[in-house]
Amino acid sequence: MVRVQLPYHLRNLANVGSEVELEVAAPVTIERVLDALEAGYPMLRGTIREHASKQRRAYLRYFACQEDVSFAPTDNPLPAAVAEGREPFIVMGAIAGG
Amino acid sequence: MPKIRVLIGTHKGAFIATSDAARKKWKINGPFFGGLPIYHVKGSPLNPDRIWASQTDDWFGQVVHRSDDGGATWAAVGNEFAYASKPGTHQWYDGTPHPWDFKRVWHFEPSYHDADTLYAGVEDAALFKSTDGGATWAELAGLRDHRTGSQWMPGAGGLCLHTIILDPQNPQRIVTAISAAGAFRSDDGGDTWKTITKGLKSNFLPDPESEVGHCVHHIAMHPSHPNVLFMQKHWDVMRSDDAGDTWREISGNLPSDFGFVVDVHAHDPQTIYVVPIKSDSEHYPPDGKLRVYRSKGGDEWQPLTQGLPQENCYVNVLRDAMAVDTLDECGVYFGTTGGQVYVSPDGGDNWLAIAENLPAVKSVEVQTLK
Repeated sequence: MVRVQLPYHLRNLANVGSEVELEVAAPVTIERVLDALEAGYPMLRGTIREHASKQRRAYLRYFACQEDVSFAPTDNPLPAAVAEGREPFIVMGAIAGG
Repeated sequence: MPKIRVLIGTHKGAFIATSDAARKKWKINGPFFGGLPIYHVKGSPLNPDRIWASQTDDWFGQVVHRSDDGGATWAAVGNEFAYASKPGTHQWYDGTPHPWDFKRVWHFEPSYHDADTLYAGVEDAALFKSTDGGATWAELAGLRDHRTGSQWMPGAGGLCLHTIILDPQNPQRIVTAISAAGAFRSDDGGDTWKTITKGLKSNFLPDPESEVGHCVHHIAMHPSHPNVLFMQKHWDVMRSDDAGDTWREISGNLPSDFGFVVDVHAHDPQTIYVVPIKSDSEHYPPDGKLRVYRSKGGDEWQPLTQGLPQENCYVNVLRDAMAVDTLDECGVYFGTTGGQVYVSPDGGDNWLAIAENLPAVKSVEVQTLK
């Protein structure tokens, strides 16, 4: 199981707790994790990445094993610790605004 | 006994205020979607318990929420607003071509004829329609494909389609307004559009009487008089008696004819309301006095002040933040960027605060429940 942590407002939107657990077929990539997330929680479509282009929204970042993977190709395999559920895949909102 | 439900969109969530017909004591529920900007909340005239809310910010983009129980519970519905035709370009602030790009929904307008049908006015300016309660959206591309589309330029708030007026007697007629493109009308259900800007004059334009480029802030229409339109423009309050084909200025004795809101009394189609704002550089009431102005058809305006702050008031009233109820004695409502929501249960003579400390109010809509 892949564990995904979402920002506060997306947790509320999806009506989930601090983590979501997802079945993701290998190889586990950002794209596959987000596809599984949006399939399980369709209300999240368009809130993390754009509908058509699948581009990450500018004020969000992806983290895996303390690394910012926001700019990595989304079809790159994520670290084994994320794929095996030992570490979460984190979607983080920018600390900005007032 | 009828009940009034006020739907309030704010910079940090939505609120719902309810009262009996006296409109003296109010209960406020919320925040819904707390912490998130809610541009507009509006219910179906056919099924008032069906309500849509537009949540939009730079983090998570557009989310459309729908309630089918009067706001008690909500569910996200469709949020994909894809332009139907090749997006092309409009003018950027500096006059250069700029690609059309969806940013947010400014306004929902539910149909008078079908509880599953509603329209959405969006930024960058376009009109979308849903016939399945908001699950999916399709652009009425004839508007954006208008021959002037490439000349449209955003106002300070963006290139936003913020006003949608439907004619309850004629489903083929739609009026829209776009900042800062102007006003448009369709008489064929949204397939084709014409500009309705003749008579508008905007001195900031190279050609003040240009076909497009006018910063229309809001348009109001009484449902029984669809050919009579009232407009609050960037400057100037305007009136049309031919569905927008021609306009004349009715600013008259207003202390300032800059402002954002305009609305029409529920039972007297000639009685209108505006809230003058000092200028386009100073978005607060003249002299620090929050005054609604009422007129019979325009030109001669009466200040309404009883119950409103008459000193040290420096709030704004945004374009979608005024509404009326349909009780026998028409109630008038507006919200401010200072977080106050006011009601006048007697057509504007006396005002009281429904709420005084909400986040900045973006929109106010009122439902009169039987």
